[in-house]
Order: sequence, then C-alpha cells, then structure tokens
Amino acid sequence: MFKSTLLAAALALPLAGPALADTYMIDTAGAHASINFKASHLGFSMLTGRFDTFTGSFDFDPAKPEAGSVTVEIDIASINSNHAERDNHLRSADFFDASNHPKATFVSTGIKATGDSTAVITGDLTMLGTTKSIDIETTYVGGGDDPWGGHRQGFSGTATIVPADFGMPGGIAKAPVELSLEVEGIRQ
Amino acid sequence: MFNTETGYGWVARLLHWGIALSVIGMFALGLWMRSLDYYSPYYKTGPDLHRSLGMILLVLMLFRLVWRQINPAPRHDITPMEHRLSHLVHLAMYALLFLLMIAGYFISTADGRPILVFGLIEVPALIEAKGLEKTAGAAHYYLAFALMALAGLHALAALFHHYVKRDGVLMSMLTGRPRLS
Repeated sequence: MFKSTLLAAALALPLAGPALADTYMIDTAGAHASINFKASHLGFSMLTGRFDTFTGSFDFDPAKPEAGSVTVEIDIASINSNHAERDNHLRSADFFDASNHPKATFVSTGIKATGDSTAVITGDLTMLGTTKSIDIETTYVGGGDDPWGGHRQGFSGTATIVPADFGMPGGIAKAPVELSLEVEGIRQ
Repeated sequence: MFNTETGYGWVARLLHWGIALSVIGMFALGLWMRSLDYYSPYYKTGPDLHRSLGMILLVLMLFRLVWRQINPAPRHDITPMEHRLSHLVHLAMYALLFLLMIAGYFISTADGRPILVFGLIEVPALIEAKGLEKTAGAAHYYLAFALMALAGLHALAALFHHYVKRDGVLMSMLTGRPRLS
C-alpha cells in the first residue's frame, strides 16, 4: 500500500507542471527599478530620495507566487537626496556610517498572498549591521514578453521602517521612513 | 606697502596674518559645524559662514599669488638647506590651501548648486557630477589636517629662527623690519 502511494506520487509528479519558478534579474542596468524613500522634514514636509546603486534578483512563478523569493543588495553610499552636502552627511557616522556598513541587504523569508495581485513579502533587512524583519506590501504590476525578445515581471512595493531600530543614532532616525519600491525583473 | 630687501611690506604681512588666522579659524569652524546637532540653531549658519569665508579666502589667495610674483621676498641670512626646506614648505602650503579650497567648492557644487557668499554673490557650479562630493569631502577633510600639520611646522620653524638662530626671519613678517626686539 505504501509502495503504491509512492508510485502514484511518482506518476503524479510530472503532471504537476513546471513547479520550478523562473529566476529574474532586477533590471537596474536599464533603470526599470528604484528604491525610494520618503522621510519627514521637521514635520513640515516630506523629503524624498533614493539609492542609485543596487542589485538583486527574484524567483517568481505566477502560478505559485508564495513559493517565490527575492534578494536585493543596496550600495549605501549611492544615497541620493538631491543635495550633495546632505548626501555626504547621510553617509557619515551620524546616519548610515557607510564606510563601516557599505551595504544593506534584503532577503525574503516568506511571501503571503493577500489578494489576486497583492502579497506581503516578509524578509530580513540588514543595514548598519543590524538585521530586522520587515513586511513589504507588494502589488503585482504586470509581466510578459517585452518587445526585444525578453520576458519580464514587475512589482510595486511599500514598507515603513524606523532607522533607529537598526541602530541609526540621533533623534531624526526615530521617525518612520516610507520606502517605495519599483522592481522589474528580466527572466534569465 | 611693497616688500623691501630686508622685510615684508604691510600688504604681504596683512595677507599672511589675515589668511593664517582665517584658515585656523576655518579649521575650527569646520570641525565644530560637523559636530553640530541637526536641531542646533547654528546648523545652517555654520556651513553658510564656512562656505562664504572659503570663497573669500580663495580670492585673497589668488591675489596673494599675484602679489608674491610682483614682490620679491626679503633676503634672509639663512643656510642653503634652510632656504630649500622653507621654499618646499611654503610651496606645499600654497598647494594644500588651493587644493583644500577647490575640494570644498566641489563638495558644495557637486549637485550643480551654486555657493552663496554671505547671501550676496552666487558662485556657480563648474562641474555637476553626482558622487563627486564623496571624493571631494574625503579630500577636504584630510587636506585640512595636512595643512594644519604644515602650518604647525611653519610656526615652529619661525620660532626656531627667532629664539634659536636669533635671526630676523620672524620679525621681517611681524614688523617688516628684521630687527630683533
């Protein structure tokens, strides 16, 4: 009986279809991806900026989105708040301490679908040498063949983090920062 | 006004001491303003003053370079080795000062923003290059310390001439007369 179950399972396996998700490289070369942040300035206005340099990839199977995964590595020194002097300050030990902690990484630990095209991606964000679990509210934007022979999938995501939780010093770091992520991947 | 065979004229002396005091002040101001908390009332005025003074110092140094060319230095009774060494240190100080000021200018203008001198004159950005502020910032920081070290050496040499060698080198820059007082 046990043997026949195994046999049935072995026979059923190919029928399950292509279970392996495809791997996509995030299209940073073509700049179809961005990591943007929005932080309060004294409670008077919102300051926006981004990280210009990062790399990443994700595994995605439209039939099994929860089986996917994503990894991103961010070059902290590439921070760009549209003001060179402020960017130097943000790189300094007062904020990101970029010389000691040049990279931030995000590695997903789980994906939970919340609707037809929405999901929460939970993962470990490491910056300033500290790792914390964060949730990214993700929306599937679209996917398919591009006009140049490639195949792409794209997502939008938002998350809120408190930099002080990662050990960033100073009063400013205690205020929440909104992250807005736009990601398009090219199938490998 | 002009330098003589034995001493510096008042223009050269004013430039020397004025720039010396300003540059030491700028070094202190630079370190102090970097240490300020974001909520300090001087968080904006500190850098504004530093940038403004820096641009004025750049103009003064350019004028000083011209003044130096049209005014031969007084002749001092020093050994050829002292002459060579002092020439080298003076040259290095001029070079460091200009590099320091240029690096500072590039920090503030890397994003294409002009430098506002005391809210009156805008010095435009010559090169807009995102990321330039990183290299310029590091250079500005280390050049400032190097310049302070050289200025210390320069001051020690002046004291050496005055108290050990008892020649008129320091006096020629202090009073314009090589007389020991």
